[in-house]
Amino acid sequence: MSFAEEQLDAAARGMAVDDLDARIEEQLEAERGKDLLRFSTAGSVDDGKSTLIGRLLYDSRNVYDDHVRAVTRDAAIDFAQLTDGLRAEREQGITIDVAYRYFSTAKRKFIIADTPGHEQYTRNMATGASTADVAIVLVDARKGILDQTRRHACIASLLGIPTVIAAINKMDLMEFSQEVFEQHRRDLEALAQRLEIPELIPVPVSALEGDNIVHRSQRMPWYTGQSLLGLLETVPLAIERAHAGLRFPVQRVLRPHQDFRGFAGQIAAGTVRPGDEVVALPSGFRTRVRSISTWDGELDVARAPQSVVLTLEDERDISRGEMIASASAPPHRTTRFEATVVWMHATPLRAGATYLLKHTSQTVRAHVAEIRSRIDVEHLEERGTDQLALNDIGRVVIETSRPLLADTYRESRSTGSLILIDSADNATAGAGMIRSITDAAETTTTVAQASGALITLGARPHLAAELESALLGTNVLVLRTRARGVRAELLAVARLGAVVLAESDTSGPVLLTTGDAGAAETHVLAGEQATEILNELQRLGAIPTGDTDDDAVTR
Amino acid sequence: MTATAIADRSAVPLHEDGKRATAVDRFNHIQLLEAESIHILREVVAEFQNPVMLYSIGKDSSVMLRLAQKAFYPAPIPFPLLHVDTGYKFDEMLEFRDRYTSELGVKLIVWRNEEALADGANPVRLGTQRCCGLLKTQALLDGLRAHGFDAAFGGARRDEEKSRAKERIFSFRDSTGQWDPKNQRPELWNLFNARIGLRESIRVFPLSNWTELDIWHYIHLEKIPIVPLYLAKERRMLVRGDSLIPVEQSFVQGLPGEEQWVKCRLRSLGCSPCTGAIRSDADTVPKIIAELMAVRNSERANRIIDHDQDGSMEIKKREGYF
Ligand SMILES: Nc1nc2c(ncn2[C@@H]2O[C@H](COP(=O)(O)OP(=O)(O)OP(=O)(O)O)[C@@H](O)[C@H]2O)c(=O)[nH]1
Ligand SMILES: [Mg+2]
Repeated sequence: MSFAEEQLDAAARGMAVDDLDARIEEQLEAERGKDLLRFSTAGSVDDGKSTLIGRLLYDSRNVYDDHVRAVTRDAAIDFAQLTDGLRAEREQGITIDVAYRYFSTAKRKFIIADTPGHEQYTRNMATGASTADVAIVLVDARKGILDQTRRHACIASLLGIPTVIAAINKMDLMEFSQEVFEQHRRDLEALAQRLEIPELIPVPVSALEGDNIVHRSQRMPWYTGQSLLGLLETVPLAIERAHAGLRFPVQRVLRPHQDFRGFAGQIAAGTVRPGDEVVALPSGFRTRVRSISTWDGELDVARAPQSVVLTLEDERDISRGEMIASASAPPHRTTRFEATVVWMHATPLRAGATYLLKHTSQTVRAHVAEIRSRIDVEHLEERGTDQLALNDIGRVVIETSRPLLADTYRESRSTGSLILIDSADNATAGAGMIRSITDAAETTTTVAQASGALITLGARPHLAAELESALLGTNVLVLRTRARGVRAELLAVARLGAVVLAESDTSGPVLLTTGDAGAAETHVLAGEQATEILNELQRLGAIPTGDTDDDAVTR
Repeated sequence: MTATAIADRSAVPLHEDGKRATAVDRFNHIQLLEAESIHILREVVAEFQNPVMLYSIGKDSSVMLRLAQKAFYPAPIPFPLLHVDTGYKFDEMLEFRDRYTSELGVKLIVWRNEEALADGANPVRLGTQRCCGLLKTQALLDGLRAHGFDAAFGGARRDEEKSRAKERIFSFRDSTGQWDPKNQRPELWNLFNARIGLRESIRVFPLSNWTELDIWHYIHLEKIPIVPLYLAKERRMLVRGDSLIPVEQSFVQGLPGEEQWVKCRLRSLGCSPCTGAIRSDADTVPKIIAELMAVRNSERANRIIDHDQDGSMEIKKREGYF
C-alpha cells in the first residue's frame, strides 16, 4: 500500500466521515467558486496606501491576532506596519518594496500588491501593478494630484489595467468636505480621460479612521456609493480580450524515453484541443496536436493559463524559446518593433545600446535602434529625447538578434510583454510593452544566434570533457582540439559561433576569448569547475541561454 | 482534481438560481495557483545548470513535491531534494521523509552540520538564534555550496510572515548567499530574470502566492500524504502556560507535573524543541481546514524561533527556563 492509500485508509477507519467533514467539503466548494481579483495600490509617498490596506485587512477580519498585537503601541494600531514588513521600512516610515497580501470575503478572493509611492522605487510599483486587474490610486485630500500620482496612473494605464478606483484619502483632515472631494474627483476624471483609462471609480475615504473602507461612513452622508471593499467585491473582473489563436511558448522539451517527446509550457493565450492544426515558430512547420498530456491524465481541451504538455503528430525538433501557435491565427514573427518601456536602471537607456531581452520563454540579444519619445509626467505629453533615465517612460524601437513570436501588448499581455536585462550586472533594467510590430520577412536572414568563444584550457582534460558534454547539451557548436599554433584560425571558428575548447600540455590560467565584433577580448577565468565557466560564458553572452533540451539527456 | 475536472465546465459551480456561473471559462483559484507554480518550476529547470529543491518534510514541501511531479510528468523530477537535517527533527518526520522519497524515486541529499552537532549544539545550550544559525542557515549554505547548486526551490509562502510578503518569486542571492531586501530585482508579469554571475545563486519560491488554507485545500483535493504530526492525537507534552512542548530530546525536561497527555497537533513542523503544538481535535484534513477557517493566530505563532528576531528578553527567559 502506498503512503497516500495508507493515510486515507487510516482516516476512513479511525474517523468515519462525519457531518463536519461534509460541511467542510461544502465550504471548500464555495471557496473554489469564488472569483480571484488581483489589485495593487498606487499614488504618491505618504498618501496612505499601506494604512488603507492595513485597515482593509483589519476591518474585514483578515489579520491574525498575533500580527495585530505586533504592531500595536499604546493601544493604537499602526495599520501601515501590517504590510510594511521590512525593518528599513519600519525605521523610515515608508514602503520600499511591494508587499503581497491575501484575503477573502464571502464574495471574492483577493491578492493585494501594496506598492511604494516613493519615486526611487517606481520599479517596485510597476512590479506590483504588472499582474493587477484593478489599481487603487490614492490621493491625499489635502494635496490632490501630484507628479507621482500621474506617473503611477500612467504606468497603470500602460500596463492595461482596465479599472482604477480613485481613493481620495485623509478626508478626516478636510472635515469630510464634499466640495474637496468633488474638486479632486473632477481632476482625477480628467486624468483618466487623458490616459485612456476606461473606468475610474472615485471614493472618499479615511484610511486611518476606517471611513468607507469596509463600512460605509456616517460622516459623509453626501456620498451614496459603496465602500472600497464593496467596490472591490463588485467591479468586473479583467477578462483578457478573447484571443483568437493559441499561443504556447515552449518552456522545455520532455523526453523521458525514445517514444515520448512532449513540449512543456503554459498556455499564454487561446485554447487547444487534440487534432488542432498548429504551426511551430519560427520554423513555420505545420502539424497537428496529438495529445494534451498532464499528470492528471490526458485532456480534451486546455486553455490559458494552464500549464500542460503537448505532443504533436509529427516528430520534430522544437526547443525552448520556440512557439506552438494556432495555424490559422499565428502571432507576428518579428525582429523589429516599437515598445513602450519603463526604465529601471541607473544607467540611462540610449540608442545603440545592447541588452538581453526576455520575451515568453526566449532570451535574445536586443539592440536599441531608436528612442522616439519620453513621457513628460507633469504635463503628460510626449517629448523627443535621446535617452530614458531611471523611472522614465518612453517609446523605443528595438531590434532583436532572433525573431520574437509576439503580439502587441493590447492583444495579449503575455506575448506582448518583455524585460530588458543588462548583461554587465544582470539587473532587470527595463520593462516593455509591444505597441506595433514590423513583420520579419519570410526568408530567414540568419542573424548569428550567439557569438562563440575560444577557451584555452591547458592541461585539464577532465574539465575539457565536462565542458564539452555540458555545452553539447545546449545545442551549441563545440570544437575540442589540441591543435597548436592555430590561434587565429580557432578564433575565426569562434566568430562563426562555435565554442572552441583548446587543450595543450602547458599549465596556466583558463582563458576565455570572445570573438565578438572583430576585436577579441580575453578574460581570465578563476574557476576550475565547468559550471562556473559556463556561467561566465553565459554572462558574456557567448552561448545561447536556456536552450537546454531533454531532461533525460542533460540530467 | 481529476483529469477532466480541470477543463470540464460542469465543474463550474452552480449559482443559487441553478444556472452555471456566468464567467464560463473560468478556473478556480487553486487551478490558477497550480498552473503558475508549474510554470515557475519549469522555468528554473530550463534556465539553471544545477537546481535543487529544499525539502523540509512539511506540508508546503509536500505540495511543492507534488507540483514538481506534475511539472515534469511523464519525465521524472529532474533535480535532487536537499534536506537540511538539524539533528532535532521529529522521528516521525524522518521516517516519513525516507519512506516517501524512496516511494517517489527522487534523489535525496541530507546535509547536517556534523561539526556543530558533535560540539553539542542545541537550542538549550546556545539559544535558539545561534542554534538556528549553525544547524539551519550554516548547514544550508554549506550544503548548497558543496554541491554547487545555483538555484534552490523553497516552500516559503508570502502569507506566512510580513517580511516574506516582500520577497520575489526569483529571489537573488549574492556570492555569500545574502538577500538584499532593499535592492530586489523588479519582477514583472511572469517574466523571470534568471541571470546570475559567478558564485551567485537564486532562491525560488513556487508557492509564493499560496495561503495556508490553499495548501491544505490542495492536500485535500490531491490526497497528498503528510506527516501524521499534523493530525491531532493524544501525545506526551510539556504543558507550560499556553505552550505545549513536545518531549523528544533528552535536554527538554519538564518540571514535575508538566508532562501530560494532551490531544494536540502541530501546525507547522520544525525542530522538536522549538516547535510548539496546539490543542486540537482535528484528526482529518477537512477538520484541519475547519480549524484554520476559525483561527485567529498565524501558523508561526507557535514557533519559538520566529519571535527572537526583535525581542531577545523573551528568549533569554525561555533559555533560562529550559
Ligand atoms: N489623518 C489621516 N492620516 C492618514 C490617513 N491615511 C494615512 N495617514 C497617515 O499618513 C502617513 C503615511 O501613511 P502610509 O500608509 O505609510 O502612506 P503610504 O502611501 O503607504 O506611503 P509609501 O508607501 O511610503 O508611499 C501615516 O502617518 C498615516 O498614519 C488618513 O486617512 N487620515
Ligand atoms: Mg506604503
